[in-house]
Amino acid sequence: MTAATITVVLPAHLRKLARVDGRVELAVDGAVTQRSVLDALESRYPVLRGTIRDQETGRRRAFIRFFACQEDLSHEDPDDVLPALVTGGKEPYLVVAAMAGG
Amino acid sequence: MSGVRVLVGTRKGAFVLTADGKRDDWAVAGPFFGGWEIYHVKGSPADQDRLYASQSSGWSGQVIQRSDDGGRTWEPAGNKFSYDGTPGTHQWYDGTPHPWEFARVWHLEPSRDDPDVVYAGVEDAGLFRSADGGTSWQELPGLRTHGSGPSWQPGAGGMCLHTIILDPVKPDRMYAAISAAGAFRSDDAGQSWRPVNQGLRSEGIPDSAAEVGHCVHRIAQHPARPGTLFMQKHWDVMRSDNAGESWREISGNLPSDFGFPIDIHAHEPDTVYVVPITSDAEHFPPDGRLRVYRSRTGGDEWEPLTKGLPQEHCYVNVLRDAMAVDSLDDCGVYFGTTGGQVYASSDAGDSWAPIVRDLPAVLSVEVQTLP
Repeated sequence: MTAATITVVLPAHLRKLARVDGRVELAVDGAVTQRSVLDALESRYPVLRGTIRDQETGRRRAFIRFFACQEDLSHEDPDDVLPALVTGGKEPYLVVAAMAGG
Repeated sequence: MSGVRVLVGTRKGAFVLTADGKRDDWAVAGPFFGGWEIYHVKGSPADQDRLYASQSSGWSGQVIQRSDDGGRTWEPAGNKFSYDGTPGTHQWYDGTPHPWEFARVWHLEPSRDDPDVVYAGVEDAGLFRSADGGTSWQELPGLRTHGSGPSWQPGAGGMCLHTIILDPVKPDRMYAAISAAGAFRSDDAGQSWRPVNQGLRSEGIPDSAAEVGHCVHRIAQHPARPGTLFMQKHWDVMRSDNAGESWREISGNLPSDFGFPIDIHAHEPDTVYVVPITSDAEHFPPDGRLRVYRSRTGGDEWEPLTKGLPQEHCYVNVLRDAMAVDSLDDCGVYFGTTGGQVYASSDAGDSWAPIVRDLPAVLSVEVQTLP
């Protein structure tokens, strides 16, 4: 099975932490879900472990959101397959720092 | 020529301030990790170029950074802080049981003799140790589980372990302090702990002389006299001459005995510094005058140090980890404020001048004396 190429957009503070410019292109094997995309992201950039999902529980951190195709996927099942536009590489998967702090 | 390196943690990044031994002209580097809260930056006593920094944010949690070139460049280290076993509960503000949850690292204490060994004091209160330069962390659970843990309650800033002292003479002796649980001592390298709070009085708890429950803000120890400890508590400045077995109040003539930091002259074990703050509700200096108070008698008698410090309209705070001393012949004293100033004195506090005035709110100040 050919790996899908997924585009991920990180918030500025995590791009700086991971030392990446712009978007991240990830090869994801198997079903392309939020969990598999984030697993691949953390595998490529170990410094991001714990900054998006809690390392103990695997749950999304409270002030991080996940968007794609103008939809908020933050509360969706992390094992649901992502929209075809994302799995096909036409739309990015967005990791977003929630508006917080006033 | 000797020099100093001042490591500053702020609400929005870290800064490294350096000067030669005269301490007149300062170079300012930073911000490092801009936008992140830097609770603490500290250098290894065994390797002046090995630094550790605690970086955190409400969005993305905890990151530990490590430098091997004195703060010029940094690399992320490990950030997985897992409590040992099932962590259980402590008391929440309303008295109900609340699960132990890791929030952030407040304080990093590198080993005196191994640059790869470093201790971390965290919120919710726990003590962690790394033996690989911060790459992996293991809890020393004997502190959290010694028995009184379920009764600990957070202070206003969270239930934080903010003070770690590694005894310079007895290698297995350590001290830790927790808001609002109190002071604790281990004599077996952190495996087991007991509270050392006898003599503390706290009016804000039901039993003012309870074994635990005291809001200790900071403890200082002089390496030449390690059995003597000085403490700034929520209210009261205290002293112990028997390694914490008992404490007596030494607030004396201070204008307020509330405050956060406390430190000791590098060469005079009885010269102690505090920064009085009006009260727990009014976190600013009494009368809007920023004064460091110095005792040359180990407490009880205090003199205000004001030269070079604002003496009107000053309403900043100085937080618990935001004061440090260097060990040059003329001892330098440094502190940072929530208004973003870092003040330095190169004459043991007689006079002060700002190194920088407009940083983000300062959370911590540490000093390295360079050969």
